[in-house]
Formats: sequence, structure tokens, C-alpha cells
Amino acid sequence: MLVSRKWLEQYVDLSNISTDDLAEKMTKSGLEVEEVTGPALDDENVVVGYVEQCEQHPNADKLNLCQVNVGEDELLQIVCGAPNVAQGQYVVVAKPGAVLPGGFRIKKAKLRGETSNGMICSLQELGYDEKYVPEQFKDGIYVFDEDVTVGEAACPLLNLDDEVIEIELTANRSDCLSLIGVAYDVAAMYDKDIHLPQPEVDISSGSSSDYISVKIDDEEANPYYGAWILKDLTIRQSPLWLQNRLISAGIRPINNVVDVTNYILMEYGQPLHAFDYDRFGSKEVVTRLANEGETIKTLDGEERTLSSHHLVITNGEEPHAIAGVMGGEESEVQEDTTTILLEAAYFSPGVVRQGSKDHGLRSEASARFEKGIDITRVKEAATRAAQLLSEVADGEVLGNLVEEGSTEKDPINVSFTQDEINARIGADISIDDMKQIIKRLRFNYELDGQTFTVESPARRQDIVIKEDMVEEIARLYGYDRIPYTLPVGVRDKGGLTKRQKLIREVNDYLQSAGLNESLTYSLTKAEWSTRFVSPEIQNQNLSPIGLSLPMTDLHSHLRLSAVPELLSSLQYNVARNQYDVALYEIGSVFLQHEPRKQPEENVRLTAAVTGHWENHPWQGIKVPADFFVVKGVLEGLFNHFLDGQVEFEKAELEDMHPGQTAVMKLNGETMGYVGQIHPIVQREFDLQETFVFDVDLDRVLDETDDGEDYRAITKYPTIAQDLAFVVDRELPAKQLEQAIYEQGQPHLESVKVFDVYQGEHMEEGKKSIAFNLIFQNDERTLKDEEIEETRQAIVQHLETEYQAVLRG
Amino acid sequence: MKERLKEIKQEALEQIEAAVDEKKLQDVKVYFLGKKGQITEVLKGMGKLSKEERPVIGQLANEVRDEITEALESKKSKLEQAALEKQLKAESVDVTLPGRPVQKGGPHLLRKVIRDIEDLFTTMGYEVAEGPEVETDFYNFESLNLPKNHPARDMQDSFFISEDLLMRTQTSPVQARTLRQHEGRGPVKIICPGKVYRRDTDDATHSHQFTQIEGLYVDEKIRMSDLKGTLNTFAKHMFGEERNIRLRPSFFPFTEPSAEMDISCKICQGEGCSVCKGSGWIEILGSGMVHPNVLEMAGFDSNKYSGFAFGMGPERIAMLKYGIEDIRHFYTNDVRFLKQFHGV
Repeated sequence: MLVSRKWLEQYVDLSNISTDDLAEKMTKSGLEVEEVTGPALDDENVVVGYVEQCEQHPNADKLNLCQVNVGEDELLQIVCGAPNVAQGQYVVVAKPGAVLPGGFRIKKAKLRGETSNGMICSLQELGYDEKYVPEQFKDGIYVFDEDVTVGEAACPLLNLDDEVIEIELTANRSDCLSLIGVAYDVAAMYDKDIHLPQPEVDISSGSSSDYISVKIDDEEANPYYGAWILKDLTIRQSPLWLQNRLISAGIRPINNVVDVTNYILMEYGQPLHAFDYDRFGSKEVVTRLANEGETIKTLDGEERTLSSHHLVITNGEEPHAIAGVMGGEESEVQEDTTTILLEAAYFSPGVVRQGSKDHGLRSEASARFEKGIDITRVKEAATRAAQLLSEVADGEVLGNLVEEGSTEKDPINVSFTQDEINARIGADISIDDMKQIIKRLRFNYELDGQTFTVESPARRQDIVIKEDMVEEIARLYGYDRIPYTLPVGVRDKGGLTKRQKLIREVNDYLQSAGLNESLTYSLTKAEWSTRFVSPEIQNQNLSPIGLSLPMTDLHSHLRLSAVPELLSSLQYNVARNQYDVALYEIGSVFLQHEPRKQPEENVRLTAAVTGHWENHPWQGIKVPADFFVVKGVLEGLFNHFLDGQVEFEKAELEDMHPGQTAVMKLNGETMGYVGQIHPIVQREFDLQETFVFDVDLDRVLDETDDGEDYRAITKYPTIAQDLAFVVDRELPAKQLEQAIYEQGQPHLESVKVFDVYQGEHMEEGKKSIAFNLIFQNDERTLKDEEIEETRQAIVQHLETEYQAVLRG
Repeated sequence: MKERLKEIKQEALEQIEAAVDEKKLQDVKVYFLGKKGQITEVLKGMGKLSKEERPVIGQLANEVRDEITEALESKKSKLEQAALEKQLKAESVDVTLPGRPVQKGGPHLLRKVIRDIEDLFTTMGYEVAEGPEVETDFYNFESLNLPKNHPARDMQDSFFISEDLLMRTQTSPVQARTLRQHEGRGPVKIICPGKVYRRDTDDATHSHQFTQIEGLYVDEKIRMSDLKGTLNTFAKHMFGEERNIRLRPSFFPFTEPSAEMDISCKICQGEGCSVCKGSGWIEILGSGMVHPNVLEMAGFDSNKYSGFAFGMGPERIAMLKYGIEDIRHFYTNDVRFLKQFHGV
């Protein structure tokens, strides 16, 4: 909402209040000021001049030599290059000493040998926004069209000295979508009087009802409709003052009739519409819901198809306007229009919203209807419009408004006590101060003891409950004056849940392991939403969830895995020469088990790693990321949170390298996967070897055992033994390890692979694998014979079960 | 013999002095002091000496042996010292070469901001509450005093999945859910962080996905001044003790009265500059006293209970705090961005 200071001053005395002060006060009182602009130009050396004489410059074809009367003793000789300058014009003259917008200083000058004592100005040179410059002045100087006085300051005439305050209104303050509404609030802020227009109109002997009748078909959609006939109008350009007002409100002047309706729109917040009566085609207005499929050609030339959700203004037969949204082309006011049908109505917010939404037509008018206008002021606004039209378009107003419906509104009363207000604000405001504030707001009220009953004025639809009055009183009392306190009461412990603490631990672990926490989008491409999905989810045959109305194909579906988006992040980095990247993300994937039901949100831990894991070239340390690096990260995690009970099993998954992928199982159930992405997918993402994992973090956290058992450090020595076997290449090391561990009981403490060899000197299809065994007994020193016996048992078992051959 | 011993001593000391390494020194030791060494050789002739001379020569021989031994020891230690020095010199490194980097990742800036806020409020007795990102229309809108067809729904164009399901547009539904769980009994003190979604086209200042963190405090006799004090504590913690706050009236469907909180501009100290658009203040968060409809819908008696709520965008806070110019940086995961915020 653009608020002209000068316009506002019509209603509220702002003398001694600077615009900056006003802006700050407004912001602090709830009308947030976005920007203050202007004055564009306020220079007393810019005056009205009269071109007494205009002849061609002796030395230049395209220049004119003008003698201009600016009300001084002598005429000013001014060289002017504008094509439209002519003798007998009233023009804007910037005299020497004037400084035009952009710091352009006017000096006496000699142009092609002739003295020029100033400049005859175009509107653009005066700081006028190009879009408001009338067509005929776009390429030349401005020429006054009405009575002005030579020598008079030109800036106020063109409203260049005005300041415009742009306020960003919150959704509840539609009352301030009008200058009068803003004036009420500003008057309340400063405790000032408000001077409202008292519209009066000279009614001619004729009667509008001879010309028109009104019928409302749906009172809910259209509670009130007023029609007024104005005759013998002359359509022309509006007077300067009216144009100035509209421009200050950001509206381009069109012609006097349209301008008056727009003026009332801004002054009262009341949208009006003027139909060309002679083109309306009947003597009755019927407002009704549109028929399905009915069409109307609107002012913008578009053919629009209507439905029964739209309200239309008809001539009894055909629609001539979509109520509150846009008029029809057929009855548009044109240059030859002489009689108008002026509509002043209240259309309900819902029906206007539907119309503007369905047709993509949001306008200043529809926005006001949508938020709800002050129904009690419709007639006053119409009267004001009729008055102005008779003034600026010489119209004759025929009799009274022809009305249907009611402009009454049931009053809303809001009661509260002084204590209630103070208890909610945490302040100590006296009854008198509260009374003052309510008076300043111009709300009618009664006070009984300390109980106020306030009547919510029709213009303030936002005042409905006690809390609304808490806000009114608080904002005018001043939020600044509310003290700083903290809640009094029991001090609860607060803090994180066990799960939240564990998630923090997971984060800390991963970060200390070298991974960078990332955030990707939950909404991904349709194609990506089904890729890299972990088998335990894949097996549920779920469809990815799609948005009804995505903004872009890039974010149309909810992910089932974060891997694709993380790969995309790797690609982004590599494309910027960041080759060694390790990212992880903890976030939800969305599993829709039943259509239209809220999906299960499964929190997963996902990582993607490419390039070097360690890179320290001058010492020759260059460790590329590989399967075992990322597996190691996971094992560390599982050791920490699950006592290491997770099994890795070789798996073939789509998009993954068939030889370097494993699924993780906890108690036999899959909970994620790890591995290298398939070389073809690597190419798809422009990546080198890249490794990912995707783990069901919810399950990890659910199964986490927070107890830690202490085992006394034994004083007896451990005994180490190494065993190496030749076995089939395909035999998983884990199986052998498990077999050794079981056979080694009760004395075998641990078993670890320390060497794997396959290749030269090794039979085709075989590998050598060496284990380090640690024997230990907590109560005594183990005897050599015991260990030898165990060792033999292990070797024998592996020989028979796995055809393993012990290496000497 | 006396003469011979003196000669031996002289020769030995010279050879010890000349020895260049421990091997040579050992040879010298064997040559003079060994079982077949020079001194032993001399002492073999002792039998020929008179009874009076024997102890004298004997003593002299011992003295010579001791002196040689001492010289050997001294030389040995010198050689060892030299060898050590040589070794140390050989082991010297260029300490200005880079050390081996520790593999270390770090948190995402937004998560860091959220954690910081969580930590502040949990010490003030709040709990951290979370909720689903795919929400029902009821929790995302209706329970927050935004009935169907409410004009304020326009303020947040949403990603709908079905008529009743949408990507939550705010973390406020977590407040509604938590309130319900409390079955009308206060106090409720929660902080709700999480991802939210709006139908926006991604650009430097808009992101269709972003994060929010909200706070809610519902109990008997909660006042607007409590909101002001709490936000003041928060702002000073987050932005520095020297920053001031101001509340100004605003509108949110789920609070009444409502307030926006601004902090004084750090750049211009309130004088007005381009960062604060000349106002001296920067908008940080929205807040207000919980609307009675929200309390009642969640089963709280709004005559008995009141509360305050506030909500903010960690992106905005991070952008202001660090001068980050483009919101998309938070979601592209450029390691050059991520790694800048891995410090304490």
C-alpha cells in the first residue's frame, strides 16, 4: 500500500511530524514501512513559465529560441530542443540555480552562440516515473492543460514535492488498504483528530430508478448492490490534482471516470465499477451466480468461461462483469460514453477470491473485496464518487442510488477487564490509559468498574476477541514499553531425549571419521526417487510419493533414498575441481504404505565418498577411497552403537558394482547397503570411483544398547599365534573367522585377518588368508599344551569343513 | 722397563687420539691392554726384576694401564657423541613442510545453528520436539487457526500431495501435536527444529526447502513480557550482548497479539545502512501470544492457560551472521562452503 503524505494530510494534521518520524511510528505501531520515497523534486527555482515567443535558433535546425515569462521583470531567453515547444504554452522552467534529479544543475549557458537562461523541462527530467508520463509528453516538454500562474512553483503542482510511504500490510489489516483507514490508525498513533470527507451531491430532477432496477439473486454472495445513473458526462483527462493522487498511489491515470473510481478505491477502499449505460443493453441489473460454461469477454479482450462459483453482473440476460474482478468489454466506458451506470456493491470475499483465482485476475479491487470491505461505508463512497464525477466530468447525477440488499452489519462486542489485559501483556496500564487508547482508536465502548465492552467498528474486521484488544492496547501503549521478564514457575529439567542424544553422537562420530554433514532436498526427480533404494525398502514395493502440483520436474517426488541427491552434490563438487569429497546426510525418506495416508518417515544415514580418502602427497600418502574405507566407517559406527553385531553380506543391487556391494544385516534383517556405485552410473554422474552407503538409522538407534559392561583388565598374559590357510577364492573371510572363533573356545579371545594374498605362486581359484589369534584366560596363565590342542582342533576343522590347507 | 712403559703410554695416547671410529679404538684397546697386548708383554719381563723394583714397575704399569683406559673411555664417549650428532643431523626435517592432515569432517552450518539454539533453550528447561515432514492439512493449518479458505493460507503456497496431505510449510504443526499430547496440562516448553517446504522457485533468496526452528511455552499466567525477555536472551546469545531487540506488531493466524522481532543492525549500530535498509533494525523472527483457538483446539483451557510462541529460519540467521549471499549454498553441499564452518 502506497501512502502519499500529502494525501494523508487531507485527513490528519501532520505538521511538525517529519516523514521519518511518521514512518518509524507506523512501523512500531503495526503498519510496517518498507520504504519512503521522495520528494522527487522540491526546488523553488522550478516554476511555471509562459512561452511568449518561440522561433527557430539561428544556428541550429533542431533548436528553438524561446522567450519565457516566469513572472520576473524580464523574459528569460531559453534554448529548447523539444519538438513540441510552441508559443502560448504554460511550461515548467528550471531557472539557473535549480538542481534537477540526478544532481543536474541548471546554469546560464551559451548554445550555438545564443544565451540560454534555464531549461524548459520534460516530465522525465523532473523525476517523473516514465510509466506515468502521458503519451503526448513522452518525447517532449510538459505543457500544462489547466489554469496555472506564471512564476508559481511547479513542483507542488506536479506533486513532485510529495513523499510516499510504502507500507507492507499484514493479512489482518485490510482496513489500511485505504487512505482513510491509514488515517484512522495514524490519528490513533498520534492522538489526533481525523477530518473525513463529507460527500454531498447535487441531485438533478431525474431519477436513476427510471433508468435501472436492481435484483440480487444470491444474497450471500452479494449482500448489497447500489446503482446510480450519471448523465451528460464528458470523458476527458482528469485534472492534475486527481492525476497526482493516483500516481502517488501507484495507479496510472486513464480518464476522468475511471480515475474517479480508482480514487475512491484508494480513498475508501471501496471498489466501484462504471458501465457505459448505453451499451449495457437493458434497464435492469441482475446479479447472480454464473451458469456453467457461460462466457464473457472481459475488458482485457479475453474470452472467459464461467462456472457456478463465479458471481456475475448481468443485464438480465448476459453477464457484463465478473463481480469484483473485472468488467466486460461490451459495456466498457469509452471516449464517447455520456451516461454511466455506477456500481457500488458489497461482494462476499469467497466468491471474489474464486473468480480472481480461477481467471488469474488479481487487481487492487479484487484484493479488497477478497479481504472484506467495510459494508457500512459503501453508500458514502458512492456519494463521494458521484460528487467527484459531477465535478470532473460535468455529470448530472440522477436522483438517489437504486439499492438492493442491506449495508447493515451486526455489531460485535468485545469485553475484557483491565487485569486481563495487564496479565496478558505483563505491564501495568491504568484504566485511564486504556480508556485513552480506546478513544484514540475511535472505538465505542462502555466501562463498568474495570470491565470494558468495546464495539468493534465495521472497518476493523480484525477486532473479534479479547486477544485482539490485547494487541490493540499493547501496540498503542507501545511494545517498547513492555518489560523484559522470564516466565515464573517450576523450572523443569528440559533437555534432549536419549534418541536425540544418540543422533548427536552419530553426527559427532561421522564428523570425526572425516565426513562432512550435508543437506540435500527431500523432493527429487521422479526418476531418482526409485533409485538406490535399500533392499529392505525396495522389497516393500512402495510407490514413491509425487506432488500434486510440483514447481519443477527436478523436485516432484519424495525420495526413497538420499543417495541420488548426494551423488549430484559430489558431481557439483567435482565439476568445480573439488575431487576428494566425503559427504553424509541424516534425513528422512518417505514410505507410503497406504495411499492418502501419512507416510512413514524413516530416518536414514546416507553417505557418498569419492576421490582420495587421505591425500598427503609429499610424504607419498595417497589413499583412494575404496570399499573398505567406507565399510570401516560403518563398522566403527556399528561397534559403537550395536556392539558390532552387524553382518555384511555380498549382494547384487541395481546401480551398484556387482563385485563391491554388501547389504548389512542385524539379527538377520537387512538394514542397508554399502558399496561402489556401478561404473556406468559413475559415468552418468561424471564421477570416478564412488562409494556410498544407506543405512536405516532408526533401526540402529532402536537397537542401541546404552549399557556398557566393564570387564577387569586381566593380569595374565595373552598368547598370540598366526595361522595361514589356502582356500577357495570365493570363500568369505568372515566364515573362516567365525569358524576359527567357535573352534577356539573357550580360550580364544579374538581372531583377526592380517593378510590376504591371491595371484602369482597361488593356484588358480585359490587365495591365501592369514589370521592372528589371541588366546587368553582371565583367571590363569594358559599352558602351551592347551593352546596347541586348540590350534590343532581349528586346523582340523578348517581342513575338513572348508578344504583349507594350512600353510607351513 | 720404565722407559718401555712410558713409550707404550705415549704411543697409546697418540693412537687413541688418532682413532676415527669405535672399531679403531677397539683395536687400540686390544693392542695395548689385551691379553697379548703391549703392557702384558712388558709385565712378562717382571720376573727378571729385583724384589725392590717389582712393586715400583708394577705400580707404574697399573698407572699406565689406568691412564690408557681413561683415555679410551674419554675418546669413546667423544666418538659416541659425534656419531649421535651425525645421526641427529641426518634426521633433521624441514619443520615448515605441511603436517599430515587429520581426516576430519564437520557439521552443516544450519545444523550447527540449530544445535546452538537447542542447547540454549534446553538449558532454559525446554525439550526438543520433532514431527513429520509430510503433514495433514489439519495439523499444518486447521489446528493453527487457519481454517480452509482462510486468506492467510495464500501466504504460504504449499506442496500438496493429496487433498489432505502436504509437505509441512512450517514446524508449527509440531507445536499443535505436542500440545495435544499434553492433554490440557501445562507446562509445555518445547523447541521444534526441522525441514519445511514451500512452493517457491529456488533463487538467491528463496528455497523450496528450508529449515525452521520454533519455540513454544504454554503455562498458567504466561505474559507477553515473558516472550520479550526470552527473545532478548536468545538474541544476545545468538548475535552478541551489545545487540538490542525490538518487538513490533505483526500478524500470524496462530498468535494474538503477534510481534516481529528485530535486532539492532551490527553494521551501522542502528544508524541505518544498506544491510538494514536504512532502518537500523534487521528482522529476525516472528512471535506472539498463542491464539486461544490454537490452545482450545489442542485441549487447553484458554482462560487458564496462555503461552508464547516464536519461529525463525536458521538460513536467515546464518546468512545474517556470516553475510552469506545466496540461500542455495546451504543445499549444494560445495565442500568449499561446508568446510568454512567446521571450527568451534
